[in-house]
Amino acid sequence: MTRANFALLILIVIVASLPLFGGAYALRVGTLACMYAIFALSWNVVGGFAGYPSFATAASFGLGAYVTGILLNNGVPLPAALAGTFIALFLGAVALGAVLLRLRGHYFAIASLSLVEVFRELINNATDLTGGGMGLNIPLASSSGILADAMFFFYAMWGLLVLTALVVIVVSVSKLGFGLSCIRQNETAANMVGLNTTLYKSIAFGLSACFVGTAGGLYAAWVHYIDPSDVFDILYSVKPIVMALMGGLGSPLGVVCGAFLYLGLEEVVWRNYIQIHSGVLGVLIIVLLLFLPHGLISLRWAMVWRKVKHA
Amino acid sequence: MPEMQHEILHLSNVSRNFGGLRALRDVSISVSKGEVLGLIGPNGAGKTTLVNTVCGVTPASAGVVTFDGRDITRVKTYQAARLGLSRTFQIVQPFAEFSALDNVAAAALFSQPGESWKSARLEARTHLAFVGLEAQADQCAATLTLAMRKRLELAKALAMKPKLLFLDEVNAGLNSIEVERATKLIHQLAARGITIVMIEHLMKVVLNVCTRIAVLHNGELIADGAPRDVIKNQAVVDAYLGQQYAQRNAARG
Amino acid sequence: MLAVQVLINALVLGCLYACIAIGFSLVWGVLNVINLIHGSFIVLGAYLAWGAYQWAHISPWYALLFAAPLFFGFGYLLQRLLLNRVISAPVLVTLTLTFGLDLILNNAMIYYFKADYRKLTLSPPTGSISLFDVVVPVDRLIATASALALTGLLYLLLRRSKVGRAIVAVRLDRDAAVLMGVDVKSIYAVAFGLGAALAGCAGVLMALIFPISPLTSSAYLGKAFVVCVLGGLGSVSGALAGGLLLALVEGIGSVYLGPAHATTLSFVLLIVFLVARPQGLLGRKGFE
Repeated sequence: MTRANFALLILIVIVASLPLFGGAYALRVGTLACMYAIFALSWNVVGGFAGYPSFATAASFGLGAYVTGILLNNGVPLPAALAGTFIALFLGAVALGAVLLRLRGHYFAIASLSLVEVFRELINNATDLTGGGMGLNIPLASSSGILADAMFFFYAMWGLLVLTALVVIVVSVSKLGFGLSCIRQNETAANMVGLNTTLYKSIAFGLSACFVGTAGGLYAAWVHYIDPSDVFDILYSVKPIVMALMGGLGSPLGVVCGAFLYLGLEEVVWRNYIQIHSGVLGVLIIVLLLFLPHGLISLRWAMVWRKVKHA
Repeated sequence: MPEMQHEILHLSNVSRNFGGLRALRDVSISVSKGEVLGLIGPNGAGKTTLVNTVCGVTPASAGVVTFDGRDITRVKTYQAARLGLSRTFQIVQPFAEFSALDNVAAAALFSQPGESWKSARLEARTHLAFVGLEAQADQCAATLTLAMRKRLELAKALAMKPKLLFLDEVNAGLNSIEVERATKLIHQLAARGITIVMIEHLMKVVLNVCTRIAVLHNGELIADGAPRDVIKNQAVVDAYLGQQYAQRNAARG
Repeated sequence: MLAVQVLINALVLGCLYACIAIGFSLVWGVLNVINLIHGSFIVLGAYLAWGAYQWAHISPWYALLFAAPLFFGFGYLLQRLLLNRVISAPVLVTLTLTFGLDLILNNAMIYYFKADYRKLTLSPPTGSISLFDVVVPVDRLIATASALALTGLLYLLLRRSKVGRAIVAVRLDRDAAVLMGVDVKSIYAVAFGLGAALAGCAGVLMALIFPISPLTSSAYLGKAFVVCVLGGLGSVSGALAGGLLLALVEGIGSVYLGPAHATTLSFVLLIVFLVARPQGLLGRKGFE
């Protein structure tokens, strides 16, 4: 285990103690923090390790929310619904990835962005199944009180974060992670040394979708009501990128720090400038990109691997 | 010329079109095990296209490619690599952020599906030593000199345990000392029994190491045979070598 | 007659789509930047036309005259001051930067105009022409004609003017253009300014036809994406071809599948084109 990955796990364990410090608000922020960290870690697999600028996070999130929501409404218990969502999202993304990851650069970015639009519209139009634009009501998971519910969803999201972090760490030090790094640096050469790039990229895309989708499922069960414009919000695609840029592209510890930092800023902005919060978010993004480009992308790609070697 | 040995690569009537351009026209050629075949011809003759076609980068539009007894016409690049076809690039293609060692280890790791992480690294060291880069093993590939990066390409290709090795202008951009060193390496590879097909512009090198020469011109194979015969071939002189070269050659006997 | 009506509608709408997309296409092609603020520029243009008519009774045709330089200046400055600083950064950075700009502009519009839908209604109304059973509203026809005129103007500018030739040169081969003495950074700024001006003018025309709201910006942006990918990047003829194809597919799609599925269909088409024919209908291969 590298020092950075160890630090990441410590950080996540510290987050678990959050309920000790506050009530419902702390739990809400804590759940969001775990969710954002899952977004950032997942995006990092395809965007950071493999270097493909994916804007598909919102598509995974929305689909996951709807798959879980529909399963719950049909009487499937929550754990089974989440497991089903996880598997469905992984397989679906692997299949889609095999086709879409033939594209590079801007074209891949646009295609992944379009996935969000396509799935939002499909869900919007499948009124019988999803309630369309009216949204989908999801039954309460339990009736043991608001605070207990909040506690349950916080630890559920936290558990998912732990799982995500462990898988991402394992990927980062495995042959898969090494291969993805090869693909990012030089895809032609990667192919030429016998690396099945299509397979590797597809798996990366699948991994970047399944945890986000499951988080979407938990989110749906948590808030009891979802509608297409909420869960397929393109901001869900952009936020993880901003987090990764803030914390350091490619490093799991970096992107999780970025996620927490981002959430902190978002909460402050949201509380103080509710009317212009998205504008302030825009200013924040621009300031970050223009004035701290090297502070952000501070982590040199090779560092991840240099560390592995010394481990 | 050595007796006709076991055939390893065979192209029959291979063509490759890019839009309206016919980069390869009806090329048929055979390579035997242990041979060092020189592939020469003017720029744009289709030499690199031929390599790309065999390696599955730009599959043939028509014709059949067999390698080691199996049809590889439609095989993907990574599959071709795992079958024992490896190559170096005219424009070097390192994993720029990796160390030289990791570059070679990646080649060993991904070309042999059962290969372990540890043995890939160990092997990588021997290949780096063979091409004389052991001192640069931990250096980032992007910081190596061109000559070193060319040798790194070679080490990567060797780590793939090739049955057939394509060398695409390994000497381009090198000075005469570096060329000499590279030529020596090619001799050593041939001595190991690796079949080599090399694209090369330096006739001195071609004549020094190749056991046979094939000449491409406008996508067509215009000559194929022993070096001595090919360089006297009138079509080759007209298309590529030039009258001056032929005269100089004749004067030298 | 239905077929003819669908065809005419597609022709009218297609030219408008081309006009929506052409500035976006220019910026993408020349600067290699996916300009996510494009949709909000269009909406801002629409508000400009609406405000001018509502408050000063300036007809939208005259609004075009001052929208163009205004937006050009805005775009030029944006590129000079902000975008040029990260122009060589990876896709991720430039894309996210324009997203941030879009957040600001869109938020500002929601703040000042609220999210309600407004409509620019000309008085007296222009009515519609009907020929046999085909009906075309006159305002749409005029908007389409203006859209075509704008596209033609851009074509002439790129073809005939010195700065236009420089823009094309930068698009085809940036490094060669540098060697030939083209100041790439200022060409970028001009191209981005032109893109903004075209978006603003497109917005003025859209105000004649569609309801105006900051919430519509993503729909315009979506159309621009699809048109660009369908038609091929960075060429005037490509944008026209893409616009017409998109309008036709949407028209036929709404007849057979219902209007709700038209957008889905267009994005599915986009993905299919990206994968199968990334150079678009008229584009050339060879750039990412």
